[in-house]
Amino acid sequence: MIGAMKMNMNKLIIAAAALVVGLSMAPVAQAAEAGVQPERQAWSFGGIFGTYDTNQLQRGFQVFREVCSSCHSAHLISFRNLMEEGGPEFSEAQVRALAAEYEVADITADGGRRPAVPADRWPSPFANDQEARDANGGALPPDFSVLAKARGVKDPFPTWIFNYFTGYQEGGVDYIHALLNGYHEEVPESAPHGTDGEPFQLPEGKHYNDYFPGHAIGMAPPLADGVVSYAESEDGQSVPQTLEQYSTDVAAFMMWMAEPHLVSRKQTGFAVLIFLVLFAGLMYGTKRKIWAGIEH
Amino acid sequence: MSEHSTYVPGNAVEKWLDDRLPVVRFAKEHLMDFPTPKNLNYWWTFGAILVMCLGVQIVTGIILAMHYTPNVAMAFDSVEHIRRDVNGGRIIQATHAVGASMFFIALYIHMFRGLFYGSYKAPREILWILGVVIFLLTTATAFMGYILPWGQMSFWGATVISNIFTAIPLVGENIKQLVLGGFAVGNPTLNRFFSLHYLLPFIIAAVVALHIWALHVPGNNNPVGVDVKDSRDTVPFHPYYTMKDLYGMVLFMIPFAWFVFFAPDILGHADNYIMANAQVTPAHIVPEWYLLPFYTILRAIDFNILFIDSKLGGVIAMGGAMACLLVVPWLDTSKVRSGTFRPMFKWFYGLFVLNFIGLAYLGAQEAAEPYTTLAKVCTAYYFLYFLVILPVLSRIETPKPLPTSISESVLGKAHA
Repeated sequence: MIGAMKMNMNKLIIAAAALVVGLSMAPVAQAAEAGVQPERQAWSFGGIFGTYDTNQLQRGFQVFREVCSSCHSAHLISFRNLMEEGGPEFSEAQVRALAAEYEVADITADGGRRPAVPADRWPSPFANDQEARDANGGALPPDFSVLAKARGVKDPFPTWIFNYFTGYQEGGVDYIHALLNGYHEEVPESAPHGTDGEPFQLPEGKHYNDYFPGHAIGMAPPLADGVVSYAESEDGQSVPQTLEQYSTDVAAFMMWMAEPHLVSRKQTGFAVLIFLVLFAGLMYGTKRKIWAGIEH
Repeated sequence: MSEHSTYVPGNAVEKWLDDRLPVVRFAKEHLMDFPTPKNLNYWWTFGAILVMCLGVQIVTGIILAMHYTPNVAMAFDSVEHIRRDVNGGRIIQATHAVGASMFFIALYIHMFRGLFYGSYKAPREILWILGVVIFLLTTATAFMGYILPWGQMSFWGATVISNIFTAIPLVGENIKQLVLGGFAVGNPTLNRFFSLHYLLPFIIAAVVALHIWALHVPGNNNPVGVDVKDSRDTVPFHPYYTMKDLYGMVLFMIPFAWFVFFAPDILGHADNYIMANAQVTPAHIVPEWYLLPFYTILRAIDFNILFIDSKLGGVIAMGGAMACLLVVPWLDTSKVRSGTFRPMFKWFYGLFVLNFIGLAYLGAQEAAEPYTTLAKVCTAYYFLYFLVILPVLSRIETPKPLPTSISESVLGKAHA
């Protein structure tokens, strides 16, 4: 009788604990006010077995370098990161050659500038925030270093509860991918009306985007089909040169920038969890053996 | 302190030491021979799990402090430096951040266990109060730790929470400025919070020592709540509970590791990956999840009561919610400790748990209907539970018959 009651109590408390963990950690609203939910993409780095696709990161880097980096900085990224394991894994020679194409400020160098070396940070396109705003119609292009983790998606109930069990951490890249594909040339009919029933007014110099909070984004559509030329791979296979492909690749690259040790972290985690489960099994056996003679 | 020692110094050196500083005797008495009720269930392993959590936070925290820079211009990037460039830094940082959440999960389970089994009742009132003090210190430590990454939610969370000091009449604004080191959250705030965040865990550890001391005077409560009658009711702490606690710790490490390695950011807010900016307010400011139940109570008082304005009222309510925990030993006067034998208490207690989860949930919602009304309802039940239900139940409830001893209850179960 007591045992049965204890069981019920335990179940109740377990259920309650699961709920408190789940309910109270609902992620903060980040996505568009209108509630357009970014579609989840099949990222190679999602889930417990997730790893980066080196080729995709290299393509994403190409998009970043040729398009994004003319306005967006990535001040936490060093050239050397591009050759590290678990990233785009360019060769050291490639990275040295790439770095040498850039100039960085160095007060100890003649004239205050010198060619970059792998240890240098990725040069920012603007000297400071104000200069960046002046060049971009008053809008500040955010730094890319951790941007993929600084955006998220608010999932409806009960999806966000499942997220704790699936380890869904790709809300930021889903949002970025959706944003890059979410532009409209004209304000669409789906645009929200003002509180007074007025149709949506797009401010001068802004662009309409389904996913951007408030829909009026300062950034013009940065990508379009064909703007970046991907090299053909050795076996002659070519990757589509489409907006969809570019946006996926650059979002993946941004995830790597934000979480460069994701692959080794998950690999370690796998070993740790297997160890803990086996160890717990042994501990349980030992505990049972010790307690075998005790009625409790 | 209790005398359970079977320690006999094994050689001349041990004898010499024992006559001067009997640490070995102390360890044998309190870590090995200590008589512990043999019917403790797994809810009792959370005490040991909490000691582990504190240890993990201190060890990872000391390492993080070696690489962290408490300066508004550099703090955000220095945390990224830890994640990116320090060997194992991503794991150490994630363990510390996830560890805070795991600490509070264990802390809440430990407290709710005490509330169900009446572990706060005589002669364990001081033990319980010390526990509440540990909870409050841990809350303060976690709150100050959350400002250190200097993200948007760090900054705005600290801004919102520190504003509650201004509710205090006359001296409120001065206290707030003293806490923040200025008129608003800034570099002096970051520096002093870092300093205090490093200090408080050691104070917590000292109070934990008192907590365990207070535990070792009457000994453990147990799931049936009847006192230990004789040695047949107990087993020595080692190896029985050392082993059971270790097993509990390893089990607890499984979800812990899951979050650290596979979802290190899921317990936080995406906004905290944006560096603090006093010019940009996030759309939705939410404190960390473990503060949410009390945050809801703070916000629930959105009306003036006589000369008390809503802001001060909220602070009084939040303080009162914590004060209820301190005085619960004298609110619940039922002689029966364990909720298992209290047919009415059980239901009110279950509702209290759900209500607490509801308070946490509501704390993360925006201040709009229906959430504001629900917050008032849940806040009301929180106080009703302590101030009305527990005292009244103590008088009107007829408890079920208690087993005469722990051994009897254990045997009863075995043959049921």
